[in-house]
Amino acid sequence: MIDVTITVNGETKTASVEPRLLLVDYLRETLKLTGTHVGCDTSQCGACTVQLDGRSVKACTTLAVQADGARVATIESVAAKDGTLHPMQAAFREHHGLQCGFCTPGMIMSALALVERNRGAVLTEAVIRHELEGNLCRCTGYQSIVKSIAAGAKAMGLAVGDLAGNI
Amino acid sequence: MYAFDYKRPKTVAEAEAAFAADSDAAFLAGGQTLIPTLKQRLRQPSALIDLAALDALKGITVADGIVTIGAGVCHADVAVSADVRKAIPALADLAAQVGDPQVRNRGTLGGSIANNDPAADYPAAVVGLDATVHTSRREIAAAAFFTGMFETALEPGELVVKVSFPIPRRAAYQKFRNPASRYAVVGVMVAETAGGMRVAVTGAGPCVFRVPTMEAALAMNFSAGALQNIQVPPDDLNADLHATSEYRAHLIGVMATRAVASIA
Ligand SMILES: Cc1cc2nc3c(=O)[nH]c(=O)nc-3n(C[C@H](O)[C@H](O)[C@H](O)COP(=O)(O)OP(=O)(O)OC[C@H]3O[C@@H](n4cnc5c(N)ncnc54)[C@H](O)[C@@H]3O)c2cc1C
Ligand code: FES
Ligand code: FES
Repeated sequence: MIDVTITVNGETKTASVEPRLLLVDYLRETLKLTGTHVGCDTSQCGACTVQLDGRSVKACTTLAVQADGARVATIESVAAKDGTLHPMQAAFREHHGLQCGFCTPGMIMSALALVERNRGAVLTEAVIRHELEGNLCRCTGYQSIVKSIAAGAKAMGLAVGDLAGNI
Repeated sequence: MYAFDYKRPKTVAEAEAAFAADSDAAFLAGGQTLIPTLKQRLRQPSALIDLAALDALKGITVADGIVTIGAGVCHADVAVSADVRKAIPALADLAAQVGDPQVRNRGTLGGSIANNDPAADYPAAVVGLDATVHTSRREIAAAAFFTGMFETALEPGELVVKVSFPIPRRAAYQKFRNPASRYAVVGVMVAETAGGMRVAVTGAGPCVFRVPTMEAALAMNFSAGALQNIQVPPDDLNADLHATSEYRAHLIGVMATRAVASIA
């Protein structure tokens, strides 16, 4: 067993873990933070996306020991404590960015990282689609997700350009 | 996954020593290839030696006409590096096309070339730009590094520390991506270097290779038209559910032509 200290959603947690424990299992099974989903478990779908030191990563393809000393943010940290939705979440609700909702936690975590990566630039549909390649959705056909992210990014203060009449 | 031990050395010497003490161990970089392999129980290392804390594997420098990238630098950092973008835009473009953002945030240059997947992108950059691989033991020229499918010149326990890319006069990378995995069905790096013209192909064969007929034609006339009548024989190329060897042979011409057209 290996001792790890990980700051999850602002709270510092220490645990003794097996080296083979995946970060996603640490979050879901040990901490009971079940908002992070496991879709494929084969590094394809991005339902397990969390932020590790501010960068989006697939928690099913990261070991808990690799997160030792790092900050992890999950979907549970996104809305305000009183339940008020984050502008990105509100945009997904407003623009039908979800149907079954299974991919949504990963989509939101990827979308938030995407916004931070593009601070100072003009966000386009092409950029949103390219930077969403690590997240699969079996329901929406992506159109409404792209629309939601554009709206969420705008609400977060990003300049949004060419959206092919989407918004 | 089978159970394994976990070590996090702080220096290259400690990492080498950890391997010397336990030769069934495996180095862990970004884990974007190794963790899926462990999950499928295709490998059973006794321990993972995590390279994340090794400072020697970090950082990007540009000096004396050479871009040097640490083995532990992730694809995302190469893609957004203003220094790389200025010196060798083709290299930043290549890194930006690996997998997806989450994979680029974890996967590293060292892991990619040590793994030498036939469809990986970086081998085309290392060979196409005539780079040198600096290991914990020696320097290995690009031409000698990639020895076959998933095979390299690395000895057991030998670490990739950094890779130095001489800045070419011009270069471009074009890739036909597998639409699901984003790996290269065919990727071609075309570069005009101090040592001559280089065309390096990944994805098409069992291992990255150069196309001397294209290099000779481009040396005479650097234009997309110069490649028009050059056929790459499909005989030794890969064939799988994604593409036949004939289709891959065709794609080499298309990708090389696009690469040349973008910088001619
Ligand atoms: C969904 C998905 C899509 C992908 N798409 C692409 C793509 O389009 N193009 C592409 O090129 N790749 C792609 N990859 C692979 C990705 O680039 C990997 O990051 C890379 O191949 C391995 O790098 P890593 O740092 O993750 O290495 P790891 O998985 O940690 O290690 C891989 C191997 O290299 C060894 N190793 C690692 N570092 C060193 C070192 N410094 N010295 C010696 N040995 C070392 C390890 O022991 C292991 O055997 C994809 C991966 C995924 C999961
Ligand atoms: S569950 Fe991690 S990528 Fe699908
Ligand atoms: S909303 Fe169902 S998978 Fe995306």
